[in-house]
Amino acid sequence: MPEVLPAAVLEVACLVKRYPTGDLALRDVNLRIGRGEVVALIGPSGAGKSTLIRCVNRLVQPTSGSVRLDGAEVTGLGSTALRRERRRMGMIFQEYALIERLTVMENALSGRLGYTGFWRSWFRRFPQADVAEAFALLDRVGLKEMANKRADALSGGQRQRVGIVRALMQRPELLLVDEPTASLDPKTSRQIMRLILELCTERGLAAIINIHDVALARQFAQRIVGLRAGAIVFDGPPDSLDAAALTAIYGDEDWSATLGQGRKATDEEEEHHSTVPDVERLAGLA
Amino acid sequence: MSASHATSNPYAAQAAGWRPPPLIGSRALRWALLLGGLAWFVAALVTMEINWARAAEGWQRGARFLAAFVPPDFVSKWDDIAEGLLESVMMTVVSTVLGLVLSVPVAVGAARNLAPRPVYLLCRAVLVVSRTFQEVLIAILFVAMFGFGPLAGTLTLAFATIGFVGKLLAEDIEATDPAQLEAMRATGGSWLQGLAWGILPQVKPRLLGLSLYRVDINFRESAVLGIVGAGGIGATLNTSLDRYEFDTAAAILLLIILIVMACEYASGVIRRAAL
Repeated sequence: MPEVLPAAVLEVACLVKRYPTGDLALRDVNLRIGRGEVVALIGPSGAGKSTLIRCVNRLVQPTSGSVRLDGAEVTGLGSTALRRERRRMGMIFQEYALIERLTVMENALSGRLGYTGFWRSWFRRFPQADVAEAFALLDRVGLKEMANKRADALSGGQRQRVGIVRALMQRPELLLVDEPTASLDPKTSRQIMRLILELCTERGLAAIINIHDVALARQFAQRIVGLRAGAIVFDGPPDSLDAAALTAIYGDEDWSATLGQGRKATDEEEEHHSTVPDVERLAGLA
Repeated sequence: MSASHATSNPYAAQAAGWRPPPLIGSRALRWALLLGGLAWFVAALVTMEINWARAAEGWQRGARFLAAFVPPDFVSKWDDIAEGLLESVMMTVVSTVLGLVLSVPVAVGAARNLAPRPVYLLCRAVLVVSRTFQEVLIAILFVAMFGFGPLAGTLTLAFATIGFVGKLLAEDIEATDPAQLEAMRATGGSWLQGLAWGILPQVKPRLLGLSLYRVDINFRESAVLGIVGAGGIGATLNTSLDRYEFDTAAAILLLIILIVMACEYASGVIRRAAL
């Protein structure tokens, strides 16, 4: 859909990951993400979605292929250079992955670890500017009053907001988002997805969002990539994701209900009405 | 419930025959093991050769021995007691701190999820050695190396602390949630920052509990180590027993009990405040 192809923030080429067990998780994946582009990565469990985004920040070591962040090769970097590149990629996790026993503020500041020396971080002597930014971001996601609460005292939606703040504290150019809504109820899921989308727009951030919920992906992402058995089998705008494409990604199933959910006019069930305003707001946003 | 209902259910026969699968499949082997174990116990009991006449006589000796402890005498050897107690307290503090400082890196090395295989094996070996040898044996070795006195005892307790805290802390580290460490690595944090932020908050309560418990153990052990010449209140206790000064020994034992109880109470308060 974009008339002029924006400069790529991430370029994945010929990426292969074979685990020591012999499982081929990724086979020759090619993916190009433009600056500010939000991509939903869908596919069945075990298709390699999680492996793919972890190969980008090298929490998983790719077997072969290339990962370029802003043109700079990430594979093969030594630990110091790798840490510097990781600062530019914020990650958001399925089960939040917060430090449960630390406060919301400490969790937010942990996003600055890559910029902070060990002893400064040990004594929590982060630069004033970082603390101020953390307060601003917590306020932005509606958690201003929670700064000194322990992370394990928060609800699921609140925790994921802290996870988002932590990722943004890195001042990243790319967000790697791994099943952000898998542990949340439908309403909170939509709120979290909307928040991520809004923040990406505000900051011109690109994002790869792994997601199981096809309706949610269609509702929020500008582009959908379908992964099956470690290979990309679909890549296109949400509108072109039809029953045939879903069958190619997931296998045979009656997809009519799933596809119907995105179209507000055809909603019959009562519960879907609550999502209608979300769709409209998003339409205005995108 | 009713018979007609039971017969109408096609799974009735299967249901009647169902039992949980036994631990040992063979019925013969099951009984053989049970009877064999029982026979062994009886045989062992018979070989104990309890001398009932001697035991009856011993009642009185025991009573006389205990009577000698009453009333406890805190006064006549007070200087020796105070010196011994102070020495024990010093040994406890120094050995616990030294042991903890050394056990944390060993625990990190002995955690399968953090250490590469060679480091893991080395640290596990250190823990096994530290835990295999009883404190008294180590103390005898250190007394031979460093001479009589509290230095040998302190080193013994520090060494034992490594094995105790190191093993239990390593197990706690292995049980941590890996996502938290992964998240810290993903922010660009260093390996040390990963430990301090991704692991330490998760194991902190356990580390604190183990440390307080070890203070307790080290004080009690220091009373035993004196017997092999490794200093502390144990040396004072041993001397008083050798001289048949049971009233002084009673005073020492009472003080040890009192201090252990105080430690117990303090650790409870600290743990509650810190959790």
